[in-house]
Amino acid sequence: MFWQIDLAILTLVVVTAVGSLMVKDLLGAAILFGAYSFLMCLLWSIMGAVDVAFTEASVGAGVSSVFFVAAVFRTSRRTKD
Amino acid sequence: MSELIPTIIAKYNYWIYITLMMIGLYAMIAKNNLVKKIVGMNIFQTAIILFYVSIGVKKGATIPISTGGHGAAHEVVHAADYLNPLPHVLMLTAIVVGVATLGVALALALRIYSRYNTLEEDEILAQIRKK
Repeated sequence: MFWQIDLAILTLVVVTAVGSLMVKDLLGAAILFGAYSFLMCLLWSIMGAVDVAFTEASVGAGVSSVFFVAAVFRTSRRTKD
Repeated sequence: MSELIPTIIAKYNYWIYITLMMIGLYAMIAKNNLVKKIVGMNIFQTAIILFYVSIGVKKGATIPISTGGHGAAHEVVHAADYLNPLPHVLMLTAIVVGVATLGVALALALRIYSRYNTLEEDEILAQIRKK
C-alpha cells in the first residue's frame, strides 16, 4: 500500500462526500455520490480487499446510483440546502 | 505537543475515517432534505466499512487467494503471507445490507413525497402541524 496514492484518494473521497452534501441539485448529489462510491472501490482494491471492491463497484456505484437517480426523477430536483 | 503531531500523522487514515463518519452524522442531523439525509447515512456506513477493512491490512502480505488450484500439488500455506480475510467477509454482508437499507429509505421518501408533495423536512412538519 503506497501511502501517497492512499492519501490522494482519501482526500478525493472527503471532497466528493462534502460536495455531494453541499450541491444544490439532487441529481448532481446522486452523481457525486456515485463518484464517491467508485473512489471507495478504488481504495479497497488498494487495501487488497478485492471481493469487497467488486461488490462495491457493482452494488455501491451501480445499483445505488440507479436508485438515487430513479428516486430523484420520481420526485423533485429542488433542494434548499 | 511535539510528540502529538507525529502520532496524528502516523495514523492519518484513521483520522480521515473519523472525519468521513462525522460528515455523515452531520448530514443525518442537520440537513433539511430527505435525500441529503439518506446520502449522509450511506457516507456514515461506508466510513465504518472502510475502518473495518483497514484493520485486516498487513505490510508485505498478498491478497487472500490461494494460488494452488484444485488437483494441483499440495503446497504449504503460510497464514502470515496473506491479508486477514475475516473483516472483508463481514463487510461484504454490510455492503449488501446497506443497499437494502438505501432502497427502503428511498421508497419511504417516495411515499412521503406523494403524500406531502415535498422532500423538505420543515415543510413536511409544518403541514403535519396544520392538520
